[in-house]
Amino acid sequence: MFDKTLAELAQGLERGDYSSTELTQAYLQRINALDSQYNSFITVTEEQALAQAKAADEARAAGNGGALCGLPIAHKDLFCTQGVRTSSASKMLDNFVSPYDATIVSRLKNAGTVTLGKLNMDEFAMGSSNESSFYGPARNPWNTDCVPGGSSGGSAAAVAARLTPAATGSDTGGSIRQPAALCGITGLKPTYGRVSRYGMIAFASSLDQAGPMAQTAEDCGMILNAMAGFDPMDSTSAERDMEDYTAELNQPLAGLKVGLPKEYFSDALDAGVAEQVRNAVAEFEKLGATVKEVSLPNTELCIPAYYILAPAEASSNLSRFDGVRYGYRCEDPADLEDLYKRSRGEGFGAEVKRRIMVGTYALSAGYYDAYYNKAQQIRRMIQQDFVNVLNDVDVIMGPTTPQTAFKLGEKSSDPVSMYMEDIFTLSLNLAGLPGISVPCGQSNGLPVGLQIIGNYFAESKLLNVAHQFQQATDWHKQIPAGVEV
Amino acid sequence: MEWEVVIGLEIHVQLSTKTKIFSGASTAFGAEPNTQACAVDLALPGTLPVFNENALRMAVMFGLAVNAEIGKRSVFERKNYFYPDLPKGYQTTQLAEPIVGPGFVDIETEEGVQRRVGLHHAHLEEDAGKSLHEDFHGMSGIDLNRAGTPLVEIVSEPDMRSSKEAAAYARKIHAIVTTLGICDGNMAEGSMRCDCNVSIRPKGEEKLGTRTELKNINSFRFIERAIDTEVARQIDLIEDGGTVVQETRLYDPDKNETRSMRSKEEANDYRYFPCPDLLPVIIDDSYIEAIRETLPELPDARRERFISEYNLSEYDAGVLSAYSAQADYYEQVVKLSGDTKLSANWVMGELAKFLNQNDTDIKDSPVSAEQLGGLLVRIKDNTISGNIAKKVFELMWSKGGTADEIIEAEGLKQVTDTGAIEKIVDEVIANSEKQVEQYKAAEPDKRGKMIGFFMGKVMKATGGKANPGAVTGILKQKLDALCD
Repeated sequence: MFDKTLAELAQGLERGDYSSTELTQAYLQRINALDSQYNSFITVTEEQALAQAKAADEARAAGNGGALCGLPIAHKDLFCTQGVRTSSASKMLDNFVSPYDATIVSRLKNAGTVTLGKLNMDEFAMGSSNESSFYGPARNPWNTDCVPGGSSGGSAAAVAARLTPAATGSDTGGSIRQPAALCGITGLKPTYGRVSRYGMIAFASSLDQAGPMAQTAEDCGMILNAMAGFDPMDSTSAERDMEDYTAELNQPLAGLKVGLPKEYFSDALDAGVAEQVRNAVAEFEKLGATVKEVSLPNTELCIPAYYILAPAEASSNLSRFDGVRYGYRCEDPADLEDLYKRSRGEGFGAEVKRRIMVGTYALSAGYYDAYYNKAQQIRRMIQQDFVNVLNDVDVIMGPTTPQTAFKLGEKSSDPVSMYMEDIFTLSLNLAGLPGISVPCGQSNGLPVGLQIIGNYFAESKLLNVAHQFQQATDWHKQIPAGVEV
Repeated sequence: MEWEVVIGLEIHVQLSTKTKIFSGASTAFGAEPNTQACAVDLALPGTLPVFNENALRMAVMFGLAVNAEIGKRSVFERKNYFYPDLPKGYQTTQLAEPIVGPGFVDIETEEGVQRRVGLHHAHLEEDAGKSLHEDFHGMSGIDLNRAGTPLVEIVSEPDMRSSKEAAAYARKIHAIVTTLGICDGNMAEGSMRCDCNVSIRPKGEEKLGTRTELKNINSFRFIERAIDTEVARQIDLIEDGGTVVQETRLYDPDKNETRSMRSKEEANDYRYFPCPDLLPVIIDDSYIEAIRETLPELPDARRERFISEYNLSEYDAGVLSAYSAQADYYEQVVKLSGDTKLSANWVMGELAKFLNQNDTDIKDSPVSAEQLGGLLVRIKDNTISGNIAKKVFELMWSKGGTADEIIEAEGLKQVTDTGAIEKIVDEVIANSEKQVEQYKAAEPDKRGKMIGFFMGKVMKATGGKANPGAVTGILKQKLDALCD
């Protein structure tokens, strides 16, 4: 049963093969039995899940169940969930129980989903390996000596280990797509503004975007249907009509114009990854797509620009964690300054502190123009590069990550090599564009992800392209050795 | 040496929106601590701001009222610093692209000095909460009810040259914002707060001296006193060979002195940058013009109208138009009494005296414009004298009721029956032989002044109810008859 996709489970519920309560109990038992290997959950919300499942069964019996009614999912632990600890994987918020639901949490609740629990992540979503979590790293089900990627590492690991059929994630520089690639699942980062940020603990406000993570593109479309849409509580959310993200899935790809950025296939790219991505592109040609080389000339500027802008915003966003109103407070502060210094010094981990310091520096008087303003200029150049290319092709394809999953500890002492993990993903956050990572092969027994980039608000097109690929291939059906279903 | 004083003001005006600038919580004053702070105001993780359009509308109204350019694109920025009453660790404010650009107001001091004061700009921002240092042993209490209240910060050019000009400027801003109805003007509750930048330079010198900033002054009187005190301190300092240090100083009204709060060296680096949670505010001409249509008559225009339409002196017109609630009240009294000068005298005199003594805003006056108008009607038609009217007013203030009810109940109706008055006058003259002799002995042109004595006696005998005009006439007639 645990190898089933969300869409298949929905059919099972509809047919009455099992109730939501039975489904939920089965997943809760599986999490209890297996998650010690993966550490993908921070909190399991058994009681609430069973109550939600019961309600869903009643709704379905009364004929009120929608497409997602009764289906279990789990949330990354940076989405506020009323009455449940919402930690952002930080000691700072280890004691924080949110008094309210994030918009996406309440939307998914209203759609009838059952929340199994809260998923592990890098602390405040800062990291590419899940190693900065206060609760210890989540592990990659394909090889538990390897990282699952990050920051949505717990989400990717839980879906890959089939501990939940789907999960929510957030993506500031690749935090949905990179772990999806490393764990062999499908993850979509929507266009900036497509999904409300209200109730999602902010890392970098102009880059953060929530999205779905699941086995297939179809499942991602089902979840996105509930997540997406204008929210009056988020001034940056887009006022657009709702669409059905599963409606276009079956459109044929004949005539699809695919661009391959030459900058994405440099010598630095792992040979095994390059091979799998080229095989995938060949598969698209078989499906009727035409492929041409394109150029994103400012690709190499992405990382320096991103690592000014994201820390700058983070340094300000994380100022509210001051030990005054909620969250961690140091023991016996001598005075106000001591309260601030020790609460923040003790409450934040090393990577978070590093980024706060980098961001504070970049915004300081005298450095602002050289760093922040310059980075904003580069951001506009990068955006323009994409606009130019997407005038010419329908989608851009390339590797999601430069290599497959790496070993725990391999990069944690070298922040810059860790930052390079996101070289192909973070340019989309700078540009605000949507992107999806789909499993497209394996290298040395570890999954390889193909990133497909589309134009603004072209999520339906991305899901269609990914779905057609998944109809023709079975990489998304591969289950890690050792994961029994 | 002769010194010139240079003053610029930063005035924080709380906008009278019902809800906060970035959240739906109420802005009402005086609630129990932290009962008007929602998740956004508390800066709970994940919360986001949503801009209150009413605050925008009010800021545009202000800009139009001070002849300013309106920013068609304005941008909120974050001013980053740590303080317990600043929940997010930054204040959302405007810096590079404010909503109101350069403008000006014309001021006139009580001594008649006129000056045009330039406005550098005015910007929208959120207020902080309050730190309460009393009542918590060894700790501070935090009240976040005020956090997120919309403010317009109005930054003047350093165009004022005396403390009186500074106070006149502050009064003018107060008159404008209260007339526009965008601020309740209650300075005691902090609805309008003033920071004064003060420096001195030798007369004739162009270069500005080093300035100090006097923080959070909350009355017009304190603006004058604080500046005078600070100017005296700076002059003493420089004349004793010292130099003024750029710093923030606090005015202590009890001791009438300013003292250092923090110097420039300790100043924060606020790390301003555009707030990524809020979009730039874009407005167009039609939005601005629609607001212009709604502007009420502004204080300068009202003052001019009071002079031309009501024949008031410039001074009276200026005082009455300076506060819109007072001007409205006055116009209502005029409408009922039909006498512009009598109405002005009463509003600026007896009413103002009672309001001051009882620390009451005219909006909360226990005597309404209708009551006062009714009272003046009874003066005009000689039912009561001016002196009796003061007595009626006092009763109105303390017990309520219309003028007619009080006059009736207290039996204060004026005696206009000349027969009755003549009888009393005769008695007074008969009992005042000495004064009558003096009257007769006086030169005719000095006699008018001597009538007062007899007048007092008659009024005393009638309990003040005799019509003073009638008494004067009868007294004069009878006394002059004795002289012939």
